[in-house]
Amino acid sequence: MSERVQVMRGWEWARPVRPVRREVLSVTPQLEEGRPPLLFVPGFGHGAWAYAENWLGHTAARGFSAHAVSLRGHGGSDPAPEATLRAYAHDVVQVAAGLPSRAVLVGHGAGALVVAHALARYPARAAVLVAPVLGGWATFGAALRRNPFGTLPAVFGGGLRLSRRQLFSRELPDADARRHTARLGRAARRAQWQLLTGADPEPAVGSPPVLVLGSPDDRVVPASALTRAARRYGSAPLLFPGMGHDLMLDARWREPIDAILDWLVKNPGRGG
Amino acid sequence: MPTPTEHGRSDPETTTLARSRDGRPVSDRGDTVCVIGAGASGLTAVKNLAEHGFGVDCYERETGIGGAWNWRHDRSPVYASTHLISSRPFTQFPDFPMPDHWPDYPHHSQLLSYFERYADHFDLRRHVWFGTEVVRVEPASEERWDVTTRSTGGYGPERTSRYAAVMIANGHNWSPKLPRYEGLEQFRGEVMHASSYKDPAQLRGKRVLVVGAGNTGCDIAVEAAQQASRCWHSTRRGYWYAPKYVFGRPADQVNDTLLALRVPLRVRQWLYHRTLRLTVGDLTRFGLPKPDHRVYETHPIANSQLVYYVGHGAIAPVPDVGRFHPHSVELADGRQIDPDVVVFATGYLPRFEFLDAKILGDDDGVGRPRLWLNAFVPDHPTLAVAGLVQPDSGLFPLSHWQAVLFARLLRSRTTAPQRAGAFAARVRSGAGERYAGQVKDSTRHWFEVGHADYLRALERALRELEGQ
Repeated sequence: MSERVQVMRGWEWARPVRPVRREVLSVTPQLEEGRPPLLFVPGFGHGAWAYAENWLGHTAARGFSAHAVSLRGHGGSDPAPEATLRAYAHDVVQVAAGLPSRAVLVGHGAGALVVAHALARYPARAAVLVAPVLGGWATFGAALRRNPFGTLPAVFGGGLRLSRRQLFSRELPDADARRHTARLGRAARRAQWQLLTGADPEPAVGSPPVLVLGSPDDRVVPASALTRAARRYGSAPLLFPGMGHDLMLDARWREPIDAILDWLVKNPGRGG
Repeated sequence: MPTPTEHGRSDPETTTLARSRDGRPVSDRGDTVCVIGAGASGLTAVKNLAEHGFGVDCYERETGIGGAWNWRHDRSPVYASTHLISSRPFTQFPDFPMPDHWPDYPHHSQLLSYFERYADHFDLRRHVWFGTEVVRVEPASEERWDVTTRSTGGYGPERTSRYAAVMIANGHNWSPKLPRYEGLEQFRGEVMHASSYKDPAQLRGKRVLVVGAGNTGCDIAVEAAQQASRCWHSTRRGYWYAPKYVFGRPADQVNDTLLALRVPLRVRQWLYHRTLRLTVGDLTRFGLPKPDHRVYETHPIANSQLVYYVGHGAIAPVPDVGRFHPHSVELADGRQIDPDVVVFATGYLPRFEFLDAKILGDDDGVGRPRLWLNAFVPDHPTLAVAGLVQPDSGLFPLSHWQAVLFARLLRSRTTAPQRAGAFAARVRSGAGERYAGQVKDSTRHWFEVGHADYLRALERALRELEGQ
């Protein structure tokens, strides 16, 4: 990751991202306790529904207001077949800046890469990368080895297909797993490509603390990728063995979200 | 890393008392930084200094934030119809975008609500002492500053606090600049400066002369064209009236496409002239003087409607004012016109009445500081001015980066003193530098910068300071 401050963004000023209608699902705690709001960002193919299933309610029950956005072209947001990673990061920053106070950004899968890009454009209070897919050819190699038939079409502009067994552990009842996979959509072709070839995220503004967590048994993100991602932000990953890639939907969804909230309580973030 | 004092709000009276040079008691605020003004530039200074770990006390003479953009403030120059001149991407703070469903050129009330949200989002109000004006800023020992404040309007006692650094963000669009004309005192009609123009009702049914072809002057001329019974628009020279949209996109976004491609200035000027000739056409046909300069050599005017109303005959372009008579105005070409109302849209001058002019390098006292990057003061490394720039684009991103650079400079004074020293040398050698191509020499262009040139220079300074 480059550490150079980026002041000039001529292309972005000259070509602003088109506005779209975005789906944001929110659950707020009954009692306002002055805690920072959390903004959950789903990965490719997922929508805000993935967090609405378990994590939003649980987060609000612990006193944090919880919001989940569907990136354009996903879930209930407007379709956007030509979207880029930049447009996705724009969606995240727009929703974050619309919250009443500095938000904690939580990104899952490729949503973690979107969050990493958003961090260069919004001084988040903290960031959490859950089973992050930060892109590059190594990610592609791992995906190709594990799921050749789901991954190959993506190279030619098709959708990335993830199987039930990649996303969930065997503990999750089959009916639930099938219900979730049936809801999966797909990311835009260009954004998928940028996952492989796109530029590294610029340095985060406002130096937020970053937590990386995942599962060593994740069949999308290998443990080595988790370590690499955490090292980028100067820490070690928090591991939850026995879980699949979709930690927020898997049978033991409670453990990772509790770990995130505990970390936030201990680490309120500096500045402002 | 300086230790932040707890949330600006702690009572200055409780901290240790020192004495100022002339023996007045001074409360020492430790490593806290003082920001003067809670307008757009002041707010971003507070936000970025706090984000870099500094305690911040901000003094604001009004009771709300937003400075010039808060129309409730008596010094606010905005009028009912004020809209942005630069489109959203150039106007928003780089790390807090405006809602993307807002128009390309938001209204001033939207801008105020944007600043309100910025202040709430980053919890800035707890740093601000409202209704408090700064009376004096004086250098103290060890490059620290004594800041004397009192309640706005002069009520109550003065009190002096000592700060590690001061960032001045008092704005430069509140002190009207009025030109002198022979006979103006004897003129029997109404005379006002654009700063007191608020609403087109002030012009309704009257015969109006608008003096000045800044963006404000053009806006008021357009409103007079719709409301007044007659409108004359007096300009010193011919200008380039750029439309707000070209090729169906905000004109500044089209312009920045060329900047991003690093198209040289001469080529950009040629393209610009060409585009204007094709879209706006030859304005001398309407009786407007031919511009005596190339585009980008004066502050850009973005107004699609002026030429339209000239075409309707609702605006009569006239030359400079020669002198005033009791019942008429004599123009430079000898013609006489008889307006009821004269609006001087002749701009503003910066004022730092709380500071010895010599500190900012304004040795002649004309009101023009000599700074580097329009912000950093030679030989006073802990003093900076935010927002004293007149960019050909939005101002707030420039103020943001000035504040970031100042915060990092203050931090490096403890973490990397040799780099802070190199920076100080740079400030001394570079003071007075310009960041625009050739511009017309006039007070209006004292602080004129090209936004791309300026931000590139600032980016270089940031990277040098960080040792990159």
